[in-house]
Amino acid sequence: MSFEAARQQATKEWKELQSGAVPLVYIGTATCGRSAGALRLLDAVRAELDKRKAAAQIVEVGCLGMCYAEPLVTVRKPNGTAVCYGNVTKDRAAEFVENCIVGDKPPADLVLGSIGEKSVPGVPDLFSIPALRPQVRRILRNCGSIDATNMNHYLAHGGYTGFARALQAGREKVIAELRDSGLRGRGGAGFPTWRKWQFCIDAKGDRKYIICNADEGDPGAFMNRSLLEGDPHVVLEGLLIAGFTIGASEGYIYCRAEYPLALERLRTAFGQMEKYGLLGDNILDSGFSFHVKIKEGAGAFVCGEETALIASIEGKRGMPRPRPPFPAVSGLWGKPTVINNVETLASVALILQNGAAWYAQAGTEKSRGTKTFALAGKVKCTGLIEVPFGIKLRDVVYGIGGGILNDKEFKAVQTGGPSGGCLPAAWLESPVDYESLAAAGSIVGSGGMVVMDEDNCMVDVARYFLDFTQKESCGECVPCRLGTKQMLDILKDITAGKGRPGDIELLLELAEGIKRGSLCGLGQTAPNPVLTTVKYFRSEYEAHIHEKKCPARVCKPLIHYRILTDKCKGCGLCLKNCPATAITGENKKIHVVDQSKCVKCGVCLEKCPRKFSAVECVPGAALQ
Amino acid sequence: MDRMTLSIDGQIVAAEKGVTVLEAALENGIYVPNLCYHSDLKPVGVCRLCIVEIKGRGLAPACMTPAEEGMVVKTETSDIRNIRRTAAELLILNHHADCLSCTKNTKCRLQEVANYLGIDEKRLKRLRTPQRNLAIDSSNPFFDRDMNRCILCGICIRTCDNINGAGAIDFVFRGYNTTVGTFQDKPLLESNCESCGECLVRCPVGALSPKTSQVPAREVKTVCPYCGCGCSIYLGVRGDKVVSSRGDAEGPANHGRLCVKGRFGIEFVNHAERLTSPLIRKDGQFVKASWDEALNLVATKLAGYKGDQFAAVSSAKCTNEDNYVFQKFARALMGTNNIDHCARL
Ligand SMILES: Cc1cc2nc3c(=O)[nH]c(=O)nc-3n(C[C@H](O)[C@H](O)[C@H](O)COP(=O)(O)O)c2cc1C
Ligand code: SF4
Ligand code: SF4
Ligand code: FES
Repeated sequence: MSFEAARQQATKEWKELQSGAVPLVYIGTATCGRSAGALRLLDAVRAELDKRKAAAQIVEVGCLGMCYAEPLVTVRKPNGTAVCYGNVTKDRAAEFVENCIVGDKPPADLVLGSIGEKSVPGVPDLFSIPALRPQVRRILRNCGSIDATNMNHYLAHGGYTGFARALQAGREKVIAELRDSGLRGRGGAGFPTWRKWQFCIDAKGDRKYIICNADEGDPGAFMNRSLLEGDPHVVLEGLLIAGFTIGASEGYIYCRAEYPLALERLRTAFGQMEKYGLLGDNILDSGFSFHVKIKEGAGAFVCGEETALIASIEGKRGMPRPRPPFPAVSGLWGKPTVINNVETLASVALILQNGAAWYAQAGTEKSRGTKTFALAGKVKCTGLIEVPFGIKLRDVVYGIGGGILNDKEFKAVQTGGPSGGCLPAAWLESPVDYESLAAAGSIVGSGGMVVMDEDNCMVDVARYFLDFTQKESCGECVPCRLGTKQMLDILKDITAGKGRPGDIELLLELAEGIKRGSLCGLGQTAPNPVLTTVKYFRSEYEAHIHEKKCPARVCKPLIHYRILTDKCKGCGLCLKNCPATAITGENKKIHVVDQSKCVKCGVCLEKCPRKFSAVECVPGAALQ
Repeated sequence: MDRMTLSIDGQIVAAEKGVTVLEAALENGIYVPNLCYHSDLKPVGVCRLCIVEIKGRGLAPACMTPAEEGMVVKTETSDIRNIRRTAAELLILNHHADCLSCTKNTKCRLQEVANYLGIDEKRLKRLRTPQRNLAIDSSNPFFDRDMNRCILCGICIRTCDNINGAGAIDFVFRGYNTTVGTFQDKPLLESNCESCGECLVRCPVGALSPKTSQVPAREVKTVCPYCGCGCSIYLGVRGDKVVSSRGDAEGPANHGRLCVKGRFGIEFVNHAERLTSPLIRKDGQFVKASWDEALNLVATKLAGYKGDQFAAVSSAKCTNEDNYVFQKFARALMGTNNIDHCARL
């Protein structure tokens, strides 16, 4: 079957699916859905349908990104209306089948919004709800709406037309298109993709390689995983285009072994591509041959760094080496190699499908297009989001994120994971793009975004990130191996109440030496969380060091619990629950915390009835 | 040989084509702090001490940067000094600096770096002193590995990999816990270490130290007696005793390299049980004899055998010339081709 015929067939199939005579039920069963119980829900819905002998077609799809509302289910009725539901847990399966699939009485607490042109009375349009309105879903456009294991679904949505176009247009045109699009690498550094490819084209080598970096080692980041699970073909199309353009006939996907579902999706996709003649020798009779291998990473953060990643594929210990030479000149097995992030390759496919002009409609002059972020932390609506560059941080935190949990005070937003920085409220008006975040001392990075509120101690946050980088340092170069440990030890001291005058200056001095002295990006960026928290929250460091107080009441040695004599009614709940038997007091008499026994677990504060609120957590160690 | 000129700290220096900036500086007597560089090995740029400023490019490790015609290099700026100082202070803080009891004292490259940079105790005191005490691996009969002194330059690893080819050691663990270890972090003796000691002689600090060492009064250049390779060595002598052995870098057969026997097996020379004259068994007892007496006895006895009744096995410790004569004796005189040699076993 020719590619065009296959596409037509796929489009026809998709149309038939959408206009079927029975309800169509999309259940999100990517990893995030599964961890919220989507597979159990799937079984329960099936059993319930069987019980009622009700006909419905179930399609397993990827993740729509609304983690706060998983498991997510969308039901499309034969009349063409489609409604997306959230928090559909297994226990509500019977009710759900009854009211949402078979009947038409959707419970208000499950409804998120309607999808498609046909509106449903009383139900808002899904893409106009606050969590989705500011988003521009391009890379994630198929995630949550197609079956990732069915290549026809991808073909029916313009799949592989970008690659077909590239084959026809030739490599110079592809490079020109990418240059015009302004696409910059999504793996962290934001290097112009076309330029990297051009370097590789210009490099001499009897063989060239393309590698897709799916290591995704930043703690809390899952953008790449979601995309690979929800729409693997868009990444593979980008990989094919890259291979064709730089003249590589072999590609690698470096994906961590902790992503079993993504790996399974990739392997399934390879088989389908082979069937359609999109992988192997002489692809679509173009004379271009391409083969892909998967290398499963063992989960070291540093293996995301390109030279360490190459060492790992070569079977060596994953340690970076100094550049130059850059991989585009001497990479895998010493051959010219391009390494691109998952999202970069997906963007390449979209650009070739829709054109550079379309791509550049979103974003700013220097940061074009859209970027996915894993929005986490103290916001109401966490999840995977896709926004155009240039969006204000405020619109992400308060718009998409729905504001701070329990309406507490916003304190900071951390972007760029362990290599990034913490930005205070003053930066909320700043646009999200490569230049603005860099000017603030942070980075776009691969897309981690953690929101913090008044209950987060910024010294403790810095300590957390340093603990991570210190453990993940490959240990090869001196400033990173020993410097991050030294900074961590100082931060540990500060949070333990053992900070010394001069420690802040010492941290800054070490940071400078580590940033400028380290061999690879890990060490060069590891001090960023400390630098930004010192820059924007210096008073918290000073309170820890000089006053021995943790203003956010996080660092245990720098807080204490006490019972307010004017509020305690002597109910004894705190006493009963204290695991350290640190509380004494008789019934109806004022209770007291014995500070020498207290382990600062905070149970007393939790247990004291709201109406009394007699327990207080106070910054600073107790006076004995 | 093609030469080029470059400017280092304002001096115009000449260097051979193909050398790195670090090599160009060192060859011209300009010291640049360095620890992970070794002239026998491919550079890796990990200690970060040799960072220099290259005009138009910024900071770069000198050991990894090929020298180019007309290059303008600065080895000292306040920036460079700060970066180096951070690295050097951290290294010293994490190094068990028991210099006086260390075999490398005064020959240590970390001391050299510290002397050059000048270490300020007051600055070190601001830092947190690590409380780490790793067990010393003394399983190898010839040298000990004390990872508390190791600076992780990786020279031993690269030596083992690229010079010996044994690949017995590599970096193990991550982050601050990174150290040099064997497969499964077993003692060296249980690894495929061949005890050649090539790592020992290249370790820039005292992390690898010989079990016994005596400083020789003088050195004598000779050829290793162990096998036919003809490695050129310097034997160290005190009085009339051989106390040390080291490879001769100029030796055409070995370029300074030695195997376990040549480096650590030389004590047989002064061994009490070494045979120094022929012995003849008389009434079940070995009795000292003169060479004439011994050779006469052998000749008489051998006269009773001919052809394949006889076999000759010679020793790798003999010279080529001796071995040649011996096989000639077997073939021409004894009439046999039954000839063998211990190096074939
Ligand atoms: C410590 C470290 C970890 C990294 N981890 C990743 C990663 O998980 N995924 C990724 O795509 N890039 C990662 N990078 C960036 C890569 O080295 C490389 O720049 C990127 O894959 C290039 O792709 P791009 O041009 O498409 O952005 C990491 C870099 C460093 C220094
Ligand atoms: S900066 Fe850290 S991770 Fe990078 S090479 Fe140096 S020790 Fe390894
Ligand atoms: S043992 Fe010596 S040679 Fe080996 S890494 Fe440590 S300091 Fe370097
Ligand atoms: S000598 Fe150049 S980095 Fe170590």
